[in-house]
Amino acid sequence: MAHIELPEGLPGIRGPMAFRPETAKPLNELAEVLMRSENSLTRGERELIGTYVSYLNDCFFCQNAHGGLAQHYLQCDMKFIDGVKFNMIDADISAKLKALLSIAASVQEGGKQVTLTQISTAKNLGATDIEIHDTVLIAAAFCMFNRYVDGLGTWAPEDRQFYINRAKSRAEEGYANYDPRH
Amino acid sequence: MAHIAVPEGVPGIRSLVLFRPDTGKHLYDLVQILLRDPSPLTTAERELISAHVSARNNCAFCRDSHAAAARELYGEQRELVDGVMNDVLDISISNKMKALLTIAGKVQQSGKSVSEENINEARKHGATDRDIHDTVLIAATFSMFNRYVDGLASFTPTDPKTYEEMGKRMSTIGYILPQPPKK
Repeated sequence: MAHIELPEGLPGIRGPMAFRPETAKPLNELAEVLMRSENSLTRGERELIGTYVSYLNDCFFCQNAHGGLAQHYLQCDMKFIDGVKFNMIDADISAKLKALLSIAASVQEGGKQVTLTQISTAKNLGATDIEIHDTVLIAAAFCMFNRYVDGLGTWAPEDRQFYINRAKSRAEEGYANYDPRH
Repeated sequence: MAHIAVPEGVPGIRSLVLFRPDTGKHLYDLVQILLRDPSPLTTAERELISAHVSARNNCAFCRDSHAAAARELYGEQRELVDGVMNDVLDISISNKMKALLTIAGKVQQSGKSVSEENINEARKHGATDRDIHDTVLIAATFSMFNRYVDGLASFTPTDPKTYEEMGKRMSTIGYILPQPPKK
């Protein structure tokens, strides 16, 4: 049971967002710009960063909801997403994305953990300032979302297929104007 | 020097939102609603929670600016901010506020570390669902801002006077998206 009285039956972040729509609005608008708007990082890559940070924070709801979205955008299977989570270095993704995921992992530990070497590695592999900025902000934002979801003890469906099945409609819905009660 | 080409000489979060106003405007909207719009927690209490989480994350820019705002808003009771910043829970802080600061400290570590016991303690001293919700979201939000500010190595002023000025601005005009300096 959640730590506060939330509308019944809404998974994960949807409960707190329905509880307090005033704060849900800028949270969703932020997610829309950061995760979906025109960007040299694909939606799949950005969802993968969100998934990876949520995995490192051990947030079941976020890593599966966003893992499902990453899987949808990247047209891959759950095994591929799990491979990135468990062993990012050996995953079949670009060297640049690995460098960005490594920065995201440092941000998850603490902002000061990001090193000059990590930044120069990413830049040498072609990462732009905007891409580095967005990686850091995505990682930081998921450190917020994960804490919001777990800090209030929200409910999450245990069946991982639940998230895969919803991913296509979630991708079509986007973040900006979504109705938390769906 | 910051890790990316943000405007020079502009401190902390302000340099980052000038670099990327598309995300910045929603961050400023969020913090304005969360820390300034009506809540059962006073603006001073909410700034104190923000400063407490930022201190635990060792983010000097956020810690010193929000502690300065909390001092302005607490007015004559401003010394209790120093007590909290030094981890001495001053006697003039209510038991409810102590319990909420404990919850915020747990959220700073991880969402999962908030226990039933922490929640029950807050409720025992009168905390409502809204108090608990706002405390958790403020702590979560500052776990983001602290990482954003330090993860990009933004400029952190060291002169205490700079933070006093910031505290005055934050406690009066609140959070309005900075505009690029006029050429």
